[in-house]
Amino acid sequence: MAEVILEDVVKAYSKTEVIHGISTTIADGEFIVIVGPSGCGKSTVLRMIAGLEKITGGIIRIDGQVVNKLEPKDRDIAMVFQNYALYPHMTVFNNMAYGLKLRKFGKDEIKQRVDQAAQLLQLEGLLDRKPRQLSGGQRQRVAMGRCIVREPKVFLFDEPLSNLDAKLRVQMRLELRKLHERLKVTSIYVTHDQVEAMTLGDRLIVINEGAAEQIGSPLELYEKPGTKFVAGFIGSPAMNFMDAHISRDGQWALMQGDIRLALANGGVPRFGGQQVIIGIRPEHFKIIVKGPQSMLLTVDHTEILGADTTVYGRFADTPGLITIRLPDIHHFKSETILPLSVAQAKIHIFDRETGARI
Amino acid sequence: MLKRTHFNPSPLPYLLVTPQILITIIFFIWPASQAIFQSLLVEDAFGLKSEFVWLDNFIELFTDEIYFNSFGRTLLFSSLVAFLSLGTALLLAATADRIVRGATTYRTLLIWPYAVAPVVAGALWMFIFDPTLGIVAYMLEALGYDWNHRLNGNQAMALIIFAASWKQISYNFLFFLAGMQAIPKSLTEAAAIDGAGPAWRFWTIVFPLLSPTTFFLLVMNIVYAFFETFGIVHAVTKGGPAGATEILVYKVYNDGFIGLDLGGSAAQSVVLMAIVITLTVIQFRYIERKVEY
Repeated sequence: MAEVILEDVVKAYSKTEVIHGISTTIADGEFIVIVGPSGCGKSTVLRMIAGLEKITGGIIRIDGQVVNKLEPKDRDIAMVFQNYALYPHMTVFNNMAYGLKLRKFGKDEIKQRVDQAAQLLQLEGLLDRKPRQLSGGQRQRVAMGRCIVREPKVFLFDEPLSNLDAKLRVQMRLELRKLHERLKVTSIYVTHDQVEAMTLGDRLIVINEGAAEQIGSPLELYEKPGTKFVAGFIGSPAMNFMDAHISRDGQWALMQGDIRLALANGGVPRFGGQQVIIGIRPEHFKIIVKGPQSMLLTVDHTEILGADTTVYGRFADTPGLITIRLPDIHHFKSETILPLSVAQAKIHIFDRETGARI
Repeated sequence: MLKRTHFNPSPLPYLLVTPQILITIIFFIWPASQAIFQSLLVEDAFGLKSEFVWLDNFIELFTDEIYFNSFGRTLLFSSLVAFLSLGTALLLAATADRIVRGATTYRTLLIWPYAVAPVVAGALWMFIFDPTLGIVAYMLEALGYDWNHRLNGNQAMALIIFAASWKQISYNFLFFLAGMQAIPKSLTEAAAIDGAGPAWRFWTIVFPLLSPTTFFLLVMNIVYAFFETFGIVHAVTKGGPAGATEILVYKVYNDGFIGLDLGGSAAQSVVLMAIVITLTVIQFRYIERKVEY
């Protein structure tokens, strides 16, 4: 178990910089999730921590020791790969024992550790099988087992659940979380799935185009997204964005179609008169009795999911569809007009130029 | 097994395989049956008549000490050629798999020897090692080693082994490289994290996973050494000195076309044919069972 510290970590391939200086401290025993869209560089960060990619600039410390120049095997880490990377010609037992044998553990010790891990992961009956005789979920567990037996300082996960079907993914997610609560090993988990990120992580690092957009707890990111990118990335269905401008006194956001939204906490007087982007999450709209403050949504189509209903529609002549999510089942015909309101505190304002939160 | 799709009976499939069948009949079945028939005959010294002698040619062959010596020599030759060319190719492929820059050039250069005809390859090596003209022979002499493969049977054998291996390296290299690139990179990365150094990773992960390729190549190389090295032997040593490099396929030629013992030569080629058929059967049986991923 150990603390992992990244200090201004940079990665460049020849002249192209792909990671632009990421800094963070991952506490001992913390489960941190690196999340971002495909190609944002999140796997590269993980591979630099693992030692599979050279670090172009900055410093990575594991347990106080600078590991920049260390080989993967000397960093005392274990990694679960997206395709599990089990050795196909070895039995489950040998897959798990491979690292222990290399580290010169005694036969009894190896057997004891593997048995223990197998018990923890419910793999007892499968130790003599080859990976190809296992199901996806079992392979996933063997990959976990291979990490656990070594008792490393840090666990690294590179999208470990993305090859599983939806149901198994939910189940394994829960098991991973429980496992972490039992073992309390510092874990770094990479995913593009924001649901995985929200449910697994103590803290999230949202990466976009090789830079950390925001680092914080899942709720922090949900309630106070630091940038428009984070706001759009965290939460499902995604947040709605609308162009607006702030009234001169900073108390109101004015949108097309004469929609006026009162702003909370005395408004934003410093930004009076500026063009901004308003963000509202689909689940924060409420249907109200029609009144002067209501926003009128013209329904385009609905998706009824049982537990809730997703409605797509337009405000007057705003471009693009607005998504709203209502609990329960609703049947709305297309072209129905719904009067909606939003609590003041649930309105997010972003700078139109920089995307930063206002 | 793939499911068969059922079509209505039609002559089209038969029509489509006809060219392949014709080629097989004309270039394989016909000459092969000719050889089998020939192996049961004895020709008189002037080629005027032949006599049917059943298996006498084979009986004579299997009681002939010279034939057994040639057999042993061929086994030594082919196992050394297979070992040398597979080993070198594996080493080169492992190196090529690691590099990124200049990989294409490196690969292309390594593939060239395969395009060289066996006789030309033989001539090349013969000149390099020629006792009077050859540069290597000259260098060896400078080192105090007396090289003359025209007199020394062991040296002659070594020379055709080198020449035959050299030519086969490209072929093996291509297959090994393709095999290595088919192994997911994450496997070696996982092994690296587990604590294995490059050499250990190679022996415990890459090499076992290459085993189907290795086995295929082993069979192919033995077949190559048995049958396709005629040109090299012919160009370099002509089976000499004193039969020291007379491998089976060369002996077929020597006895048949130089010694004019057509029946005996045919019997030898039937034995060779039996060997290659056996090897092919083993190859198919084994490969089908033993594909790892």
